[in-house]
Amino acid sequence: MLDFITIGFLATLVGAAWRLATPLIFTSIGEVISERAGVLNIGLEGTMLMGAFCGFAATFASGSILLGLGSGIVAGMAFGLIFAFFTITVKANQIVVGAAINLLGMGLTAFLFRTYYVSTGRGVDIAPPIAIPYLSDIPFLGEALFRQNMIVYSTILVTLLAAVLLYRTSFGLTLRAVGDHPKAVDVAGRSVAAYRYGAVLIGTGLAGLGGAFLTLGHSNQFVEGITSGRGFIALAVVVFARWSPTGAFFVSLMFGLFYALQLQLQAQPMLNIPYQVFQALPYVMTVIALVMVGGKNASPRKLGIAYDGR
Amino acid sequence: MGFGAVLLELNGYQGMDVINVMIIGVFQDFRSITEILLKSIPLILIGAGLCVAFRCNMWNIGAEGQLYAGAVAATLVGVSFPGLTSWIYVPLVLIAGALGGAFWGGIAGYLKVRFQASEIVTTIMLNYIALIATSWLVTGPMKDTKAAYPQSARLLREAWVPDLISGARLHIGILIAIALALVLYVYLYRSSAGYAVRVVGINPHAARYAGMNTGRNMMIAICISGGMAGLAGAFEIAGVTHRLYQNISPGYGFEGIAVALLAGNNPMYAIFSGGLFAVLRSGSELMQISSQVPQVLVSIIQGIVILSVVTFGALRFFSRRRG
Repeated sequence: MLDFITIGFLATLVGAAWRLATPLIFTSIGEVISERAGVLNIGLEGTMLMGAFCGFAATFASGSILLGLGSGIVAGMAFGLIFAFFTITVKANQIVVGAAINLLGMGLTAFLFRTYYVSTGRGVDIAPPIAIPYLSDIPFLGEALFRQNMIVYSTILVTLLAAVLLYRTSFGLTLRAVGDHPKAVDVAGRSVAAYRYGAVLIGTGLAGLGGAFLTLGHSNQFVEGITSGRGFIALAVVVFARWSPTGAFFVSLMFGLFYALQLQLQAQPMLNIPYQVFQALPYVMTVIALVMVGGKNASPRKLGIAYDGR
Repeated sequence: MGFGAVLLELNGYQGMDVINVMIIGVFQDFRSITEILLKSIPLILIGAGLCVAFRCNMWNIGAEGQLYAGAVAATLVGVSFPGLTSWIYVPLVLIAGALGGAFWGGIAGYLKVRFQASEIVTTIMLNYIALIATSWLVTGPMKDTKAAYPQSARLLREAWVPDLISGARLHIGILIAIALALVLYVYLYRSSAGYAVRVVGINPHAARYAGMNTGRNMMIAICISGGMAGLAGAFEIAGVTHRLYQNISPGYGFEGIAVALLAGNNPMYAIFSGGLFAVLRSGSELMQISSQVPQVLVSIIQGIVILSVVTFGALRFFSRRRG
């Protein structure tokens, strides 16, 4: 019954895992940066949807993938600016504003999509795979891992940049202090609000990029609710990764493996299991992951709390 | 409203005309008013329940999943016991729904209290799991074998919630929803048990020093909100559709969050904010029919309502501290 598990099957699985992890890697690393500054953004789902839609729309109109990716980032940051204004300047509850952002993102993308695109039914040309010389010639594994599109490869670069930013620059040091001891930063004469705005904008820009990948590097179409909960799963990834960018990269890969497994197993007709079991797999694993790491002891101390000068 | 009109104009619709159609249309006759009241039933139930959870600082985003859990439980009971009289059967179905929802909410509550797993994420994941499970049930074990579509068997006649007015779909659930919202108001603001729930929400440390069991109160709060959502699911099954379908809820569970916030987390005001959102939902359905404006506009309006409410609330808080 399990004889479909071959080397080819496993190699495809690993390659697919990286590709399916890509939107989670971008989004969760963005959220790591945001949460390290003390801002919990549960509006990632709506932000990713905006990135996915605007990225699709820009590429649809221009034919340029780079322009689409840029538009996805800008759309994400636009939503980030709304989120930051209400949570940092108005000091409203971050969870409530995040929920509103999700509603706005779902509604706005579905509204615009149904108004302009639903009848065209055409897609865009997604980013082409690029074979990396020598590495892609490794039997099985090379074929699966090193013939991805440039967006998938760029996850490594983004992870390294985020790690350097957080741990090796004075901006990162201050940003982490803003999440743990905002008062100290305030007394040192730097603006807590400015750092939090910066962190939220970086975070939502990456979420927008993660969304844009879905329409430009994965599926070639926008579909309503295309993110299917990835914005929420990214929140769990951050907790499981203990607020570290490299951790977020590897935890995302693990979730990518669940997604890949789900798709591969669904395609196996000899397994007499309802397809819904596989559909539910990433969500069940998210709950299990949260239970396993449990406690909040590694979280930034002022996570989710507006800074009011005290 | 104004923002909605601008958005419509920008996208080539006749903005103000559409809004006018929507406002006049929803109140045009007796039947459309009963339809609004029908839509307000799940919104009031879920909104009032979420007020309790939010007051306890339990961010239950999972009312949608709890609604489905309640709907499944109500359907299971509603098809299984022939020969019962309505007086016993209807309450039985409703209680089953409430218990189903409370159980689904309780899972997230338990994981929060026992393992500190963020209820925000777990309730959202349980939404997806409940929806997928429902889709499996109506295509597999609970499928009506005579039907082509994925749907469950029809509920036994005696399990149907009686109509309030003959000829309209409106059922007595509206009275129960309003009554329960008032009961939750009294519970939250006029009883010591409700006081404990609120104190745990405001300051868990103080609550612990005062001898309150924080974990137990958090469980109670999320189970109440889950139970109300489950009851909403049971009413949809036993009062409206009489069968379980894959998508019996057009997002009532998420809309309930906006209902609770607009009500300032006060269950009594959820009656009015639930009614308001029912008007908006009816209006957006009408807009889609009369002018092809996609119905999803309603979630944009909800998002803007929430942002306006929190801004208003934060500004009021700010000025009070200054003054």
